[in-house]
Amino acid sequence: MANGEGGILVYIEVTEGRVNRASYEALRAGQLIGAETGQEVAAVLFGQGIEAAAAEIAARQLQTVHLVNDAALASYTADGMVRAFQQVIGQTKPALVLLSHTYEVRDFAPKLAASLGRVLTGDCIGYRVDGQDLVLTRQIFQGKMVADVVPTGEKPWFVSFQIGTFRGDECEAGTAAVALTSVTIDAGEIRQKPEQRFKEAKAAVDLTQAPLIVSVGRGIKEQKNIELVRKLSEALGAELSASRPICDNDWLPMDRQIGSSGQTVSPKLYLAVGISGAIQHLVGMKGARTIVAINRDKDAPIFEIADYGIVGDLFEIVPALTAEAEKNR
Amino acid sequence: MKIIVCLKQVPKNDSVLRVNDEGTWIQDRDLSYEINESDQYALEAALQLKEKVGGEVLALSLGPARVQTVIKEALARGADRGVHLDDEAFKGLDAYGVATVIAAAAKKEEAALVLTGLQSDDHGYAQTGVIIAEQLGVAHATIVMDVEVQEARLRVKRELESGYFQWVSLPLPAVLTIQSGINTLRYATLKGIMAAKKKEISHYDAATLGLAADQLAPRQKILRIYVPQKSKQTQFIEGTPAEVAARLLEKLKNEARVF
Repeated sequence: MANGEGGILVYIEVTEGRVNRASYEALRAGQLIGAETGQEVAAVLFGQGIEAAAAEIAARQLQTVHLVNDAALASYTADGMVRAFQQVIGQTKPALVLLSHTYEVRDFAPKLAASLGRVLTGDCIGYRVDGQDLVLTRQIFQGKMVADVVPTGEKPWFVSFQIGTFRGDECEAGTAAVALTSVTIDAGEIRQKPEQRFKEAKAAVDLTQAPLIVSVGRGIKEQKNIELVRKLSEALGAELSASRPICDNDWLPMDRQIGSSGQTVSPKLYLAVGISGAIQHLVGMKGARTIVAINRDKDAPIFEIADYGIVGDLFEIVPALTAEAEKNR
Repeated sequence: MKIIVCLKQVPKNDSVLRVNDEGTWIQDRDLSYEINESDQYALEAALQLKEKVGGEVLALSLGPARVQTVIKEALARGADRGVHLDDEAFKGLDAYGVATVIAAAAKKEEAALVLTGLQSDDHGYAQTGVIIAEQLGVAHATIVMDVEVQEARLRVKRELESGYFQWVSLPLPAVLTIQSGINTLRYATLKGIMAAKKKEISHYDAATLGLAADQLAPRQKILRIYVPQKSKQTQFIEGTPAEVAARLLEKLKNEARVF
């Protein structure tokens, strides 16, 4: 990447007037890559009545905050977002567009990039500037391997980073100008008609405050075996949670699910039983202070982030742990 | 309704992966394969839609001859016809290239609906469906949990983050990416397997689809792949179950100080 040329445009996601916390991670990535390559950093927000969100971002170190205020963008739609974003790219001509790999970004960024003849280099977990190249690291085979990838086509390049790759709270403070940027969107171009967002889980369990969590995954095999893990959680005085397949099968309620579609937790102890550690699960728990993994597959990705690992048969180890915990109480 | 469901053949989940000599992908010899997990739910969603509103389900896969196993499995589960996309030029494509080929096939077949899984278990791009929609010029929705057909429109339930959901309506033709676990998969019956033998598989290459090489040119390149460096040093605890249990709890108490 040639120094000084182009500039970096960071996408700030706003939902119901609030900045998605993950967007600070993208902004932090922008600050770091900008400093390393001598490029200016700008951010862009889309919506209606989101001045407060723009002001919040403008209190960080960056050049410009582009505020796109349009009634057609009041509720997120892929069509509206792509149409607006294309115009902002046309006006600001960035060399690099950075995003956090949220569900919303997954919904529109591939379309945005493709509409400009580009491809999104998505869900990256690291970067390295190498001469003219931006080398990005992506997980493949569900985290069992990683790949170093470079965008090769014309700029702008589109890159999204996995949540947790950068620390949003490390964003440098500063003062940026807020620029009102207008776009033209014909409401008829927006094909998706969204209804109200809603939550399904009624009696929501708040796992985010639990200091100790025992979590169960697919390795448990059958619903009746969940009891084994429940007993362990009780013996340790811990909350019981699960990975997605367990909740999909209704073996435990949805409000006990950890991961990108469930809750994000950072307890003192996270004990993962029979969880292989798909990326979508890891993003929900990798902030835990101490991670223990029990799994029969020594190559399971969960061991990449575990402090303590036990490779073996959970049906033997879990009852032994329960007995030991009861003895120590 | 004519539905195309895109099925990717991926190495089995428990495969031992070895890096190839060039260091750019895995060795494909000695691997066994399966249908990508979320694609299986897309297939089931397609079969259930057909049962509800009628029409035809086409099972599509892109790749060398071995991917016909995937197509045959889908035909045995109830898909009506197979579409095999194979050409030397289709090797090693990025998400843009794969989506361009599939979009050309969907156009040729005049499909009303294209379903994909949400993400592949190998590359994990999570982009192919969305790019297909862009190439076809039709609307899309991602991470779909439920589908209702309302005349010329669909009403779909999307999964959002942090336990939220949202119903979205969009016009047909459309592309949806399907979340894993949204339905109960059916498996092939003996009758289904027998019936599948009589079902047709159409084979399309770049020329049949009118695709030129520059349309498929890669927009990103894999420099190398490798086993990730561990961010943490894991202490593995060994012994009999009772010994392991005692040691772990001792370490959690005195070393990690979590109790």
